[in-house]
Amino acid sequence: MSSTMAPNVAGVAAPGRRTVYSMCSMCSVRCPIEVTVEDGRAVWLQGNPHDKAIGASLCAKGSAGLALEYDDDQRPQTPLIRTGPRGGGQWRRASWDEALDYIADKLKETIAAFGPRGIMLSDRSGPFTDLTRTFVRALGSPNYFTHDACCTANAHNAARTLFGFSHEGLIPDLGRVKHLVLYGRNIIEALAVKEAKAFMAALANGMRVTYIDPRATFTACKATRYWQVRPNSDYALNLAIIHEVLKQKIYDKAFVDRFVSGMDYLREAVKDTTPEWQVSHTGVPAEQLRAFVRELAADAAHVIFNPGWGTARHKQSFHVSRTALILNVLMGNIEIPGGFILAKPPARYGRKGLNHLIARVPKVEQPRVDGAGTTRPQWDPEIGMLHQAFAAMETAQPYGIGAYFAYRHDPITGLPDTEAAKRALEKLKLFVSIDVRYSEAGWFADVILPEATYLERANILCQMGGAVPNFSMRDQAIAPRFDSRPAWWIFREILRRMDIKEALDFETIEELWNYQLDGTGVTVAEMREKGFVSLANAPKLIPREELRFPTPSGKIEIESAVLKQAGLPSLPPYEAKAAPADDRFLLLIGRTATLTHGQSFNNPLLNEIAPEQVLWIHPDRARPLGIGDGDTVEVRGGGSYVGRIKTRVTPWIHPEAVFMLHGFGATVPLATRAFGRGVADQRLQGGKLYDFDPAGGGCALTEAIVQIKPAVAEGGNQ
Amino acid sequence: MSTYILRHDEASCISCLACEVHCKSNKDLGPGPDPCKIITMGPFDVGRPAQPRMRIVFMPCFHCEDPWCVRACPTGAMQQREMDGIVHVEHSLCIGCKSCIAACPWGTPQWDPATRKVVKCDYCMDRFDAGLQPACVTKCVTGCLSFGVADELPDPRRERYARYLVAEPLGEGKEGS
Repeated sequence: MSSTMAPNVAGVAAPGRRTVYSMCSMCSVRCPIEVTVEDGRAVWLQGNPHDKAIGASLCAKGSAGLALEYDDDQRPQTPLIRTGPRGGGQWRRASWDEALDYIADKLKETIAAFGPRGIMLSDRSGPFTDLTRTFVRALGSPNYFTHDACCTANAHNAARTLFGFSHEGLIPDLGRVKHLVLYGRNIIEALAVKEAKAFMAALANGMRVTYIDPRATFTACKATRYWQVRPNSDYALNLAIIHEVLKQKIYDKAFVDRFVSGMDYLREAVKDTTPEWQVSHTGVPAEQLRAFVRELAADAAHVIFNPGWGTARHKQSFHVSRTALILNVLMGNIEIPGGFILAKPPARYGRKGLNHLIARVPKVEQPRVDGAGTTRPQWDPEIGMLHQAFAAMETAQPYGIGAYFAYRHDPITGLPDTEAAKRALEKLKLFVSIDVRYSEAGWFADVILPEATYLERANILCQMGGAVPNFSMRDQAIAPRFDSRPAWWIFREILRRMDIKEALDFETIEELWNYQLDGTGVTVAEMREKGFVSLANAPKLIPREELRFPTPSGKIEIESAVLKQAGLPSLPPYEAKAAPADDRFLLLIGRTATLTHGQSFNNPLLNEIAPEQVLWIHPDRARPLGIGDGDTVEVRGGGSYVGRIKTRVTPWIHPEAVFMLHGFGATVPLATRAFGRGVADQRLQGGKLYDFDPAGGGCALTEAIVQIKPAVAEGGNQ
Repeated sequence: MSTYILRHDEASCISCLACEVHCKSNKDLGPGPDPCKIITMGPFDVGRPAQPRMRIVFMPCFHCEDPWCVRACPTGAMQQREMDGIVHVEHSLCIGCKSCIAACPWGTPQWDPATRKVVKCDYCMDRFDAGLQPACVTKCVTGCLSFGVADELPDPRRERYARYLVAEPLGEGKEGS
C-alpha cells in the first residue's frame, strides 16, 4: 500500500445497512450522532439516543450534514497549490505526495530562518486538540493556538484567575437551577442542542431567566426578565449587583469565609457602585436592580450567573465574566445540586484517562510568541492569544513566525480587520489551510489540504470533561467521495517528511485508538457499541470539606495573585462609555441557529434559509438619517470596505448600536451560493486586530464603530 | 378519515428551523420547497417593564378531513389514504399542473423545481409505515413537536398550566413588576 492512500476504517464500504455512532462537525459543539449507512451511503443522521441529554435531537446544521456530503461539491477535492499571488485564486491540483513534499520543503526553510518556534498552528479548540498540540510540539514549536482570542478567552482566563481552572470546569445543573442570569449568552440561537434542550426543559419547570443584552434575541423572548442595557456596559451592572448583594447580605457567608480570599478587596471595589450609580451607564432602573437582587435572595444558592461563551466583546469583558463568576461564588453555588458541578478527572471515579499523544514528544522549552504564561501570566498558554501571533508575523517581535497551519479554522473570518490580518499573513513563507471547505483563509493560503468530511473520517478518541467524564469517538461512516484525508493522517505524513517519526507512528486509526485506550479498561469494540463510554453512572460530588482550588493560595481568589503578577487590577473601576452619535453606531454581531461562523454558508439547505443578513437599527436613530424599515444602507467601518445591507428598524436593538449576523460576505468565487452574499462584519472592524482586553486577551469586537447612510440605488429601485 | 395530528407546542419552540431541514433532508429536497415551515414574528412587547415575546407558527400539512388539494388534482396524484387520512402525492401521476398549490388555503403543497412536480408533508409516510415518527418530530431540538392519534395525544398546554399553578400560585412570584 502506498503511504498516500486513503486510510479507511475496515468495512466502511460494506454492503447492507449499518448504524455508526459518531460526532457531528457542522459546528464546534460536536454533538453525538447516529448515522445510518446503506450500501456505503449515509442516508439518515440524528442525535445519538444512547446519550439521554440529546436523544435523537439534531439542529438544522446537523441535518444539513447530508447536503454537505452529497449536494455540495463546491469544496476542495484534491490538494491545491497556489500558482498566482496570495488570494488571487489561481491554483493547481497536486497529488498528496507533491503537496506534502512542498509543505516539508517550506517548513525546512522556515526552520532555517526562524528556528522551529517559527511554526504555528491554530484550530477551533475542542476535545481533539491532543492531535494538533502534538503536531506542533513534535515540530519543536510552543506555538499552538485556539481561536479563543475571538471567542471565549476572556471567560476562560477570568475563571483561571479566580478558581485556577477554566469556566469549562463548571457544569451548570440546569435541571435544578431556579434562576439563570445570561449576559448575551444567546442559548437558543448560538445553539448547542443539549444546552438548549436543558434550558427549555428548565424554563418549563419554572426556572427564572434574566437576560441582559442590548438586543432582544430569541433567548430574550423566552426570558422572564429582559434588560436592554447600553452596549458594553455589563461590567457596571455587575459591580452594582455585587454592591447590592453585599449590602442586602444575601451571600453565602459560610462558603465565602471558608473558600474565598479578598472579600475586603471586593467591598472596597464596589463601595460606591450603587444601583443609582449604574443607571446612567447601563440604563437599568435602580429599583429594578434592587428587585432583582431580592429575587436572588429567594432563589439562592440555586442561582447561576453564566460567565459567557463568545466573550470577545469589549476591553472589560474579562471583568464581566470574572464578576459573573464572583457572583456565583457569593451565591455559594459551587458543587451543589442546582448550582455549578465541577468537572471531574477520571481518577475521581477510580478510572484512568486516555493516554495522550503529546506525552510521546519532548516538551518545548522556548517561550510562546504571544507571551502567554510568561510575560503575560494572565493568559493561558494552553490556548494562547492568536492576534499576538499575527503581531509577531508582522513585526518579527519577540521573534518571527514563518509557517502557519490553519486547521479547520478560518482566522480571516474570525479575526477583526481583514486588511490587517492579510498584511500579517503576507509575511509568511508558508500558509496552509486544512479544511473540508474553501474558507476565506484557505483562499489566501499557499496550500489547501482537503480534509475528509466528518462522515468520511475517523478522529482520534477524545475525553470529554464533565461532572462524569467520558470517552467519545468520531468514527468513519462512509468512504471519502474525493481525494481527501483525515487529519491524523495528514499530520503524520508531514511529520514523517520532517523525519519526526515517533510522535504519530501509527499505520491505522485503530492502532492509534489502541494506544489511547491502553490501560483504561475500555476497548475499541466497546467504544463502537454506543460511540462513547461514560466513566461512571452518576456524578460523585466532592464534599464541601474536601473542596480545593488550584490557585496560588488554594482559595477562590477575588484579588488574584496572577493578575497582580501581571500588574493588573483584579477589579478595576468601570470605564464609562461615550454614546456614538449621528451616523455612528457600535457594531454588534451574533449568531443564528442555522449557521456557524463562516462555515455553513455555502451549504445548499442552510444557505437557502439565510442567504443574507439584515441590519437591526433603532427607529429613533434611523429616522433622523432618513432610513426606513427594509431600506438598503451602506455600512462603513474605517477601511475601504463598504457593506450594503437591508435594514430591520426595530426598538429591540439599543439605540447606540446596530446589529448583524456574523460570517457573511464570502469572497471565494468557487463557493457560489455564499459568494458575495451579505456583509462581512470582520471587514468593518477596522483597527481592531490588535485592540483587546489586556486581562483576558479577547478581541474588543463590539467596540467597533460603523457609519450608516442610505444607499444610493444601484440599478434602479432597491 | 383524518386520524393523526402533528402538534406544535409554541411555548417550547425556539424557532431553530431544524424541523424544516430534517424534513427536506429526509425527502432529499434541494433549495425551493419547504413541506413544513416555521414562521416567526415579533418580538412583540407584552409587559411592563418591556418584555419581548415572539410568536412562532408551524405550518406543516394539516391533512384535512376534506382536502381541497385532492379535489383540485386532475390526475388523482394527490390522494387521501383511506386507512388513516394521510394526504400525499403519488409522484408518478403528478403532471406538475400546480392546481393543488392554488387550491390549498394554507399554501401547503410545494413546487419542487428539481422534479418539476409537487411535494408535500405526508407525515413521512415511509417512516410512519415502518413504525417511526415523522422526521421533524423525531429530531426536534426541544421536543415541541409531537405526532399521534388526534384524540389521544396529550396537549402540552394543559399539562404546562397545571405545572404553572403548582410552581407559581397566583399573586406570587411577580416581584419587580
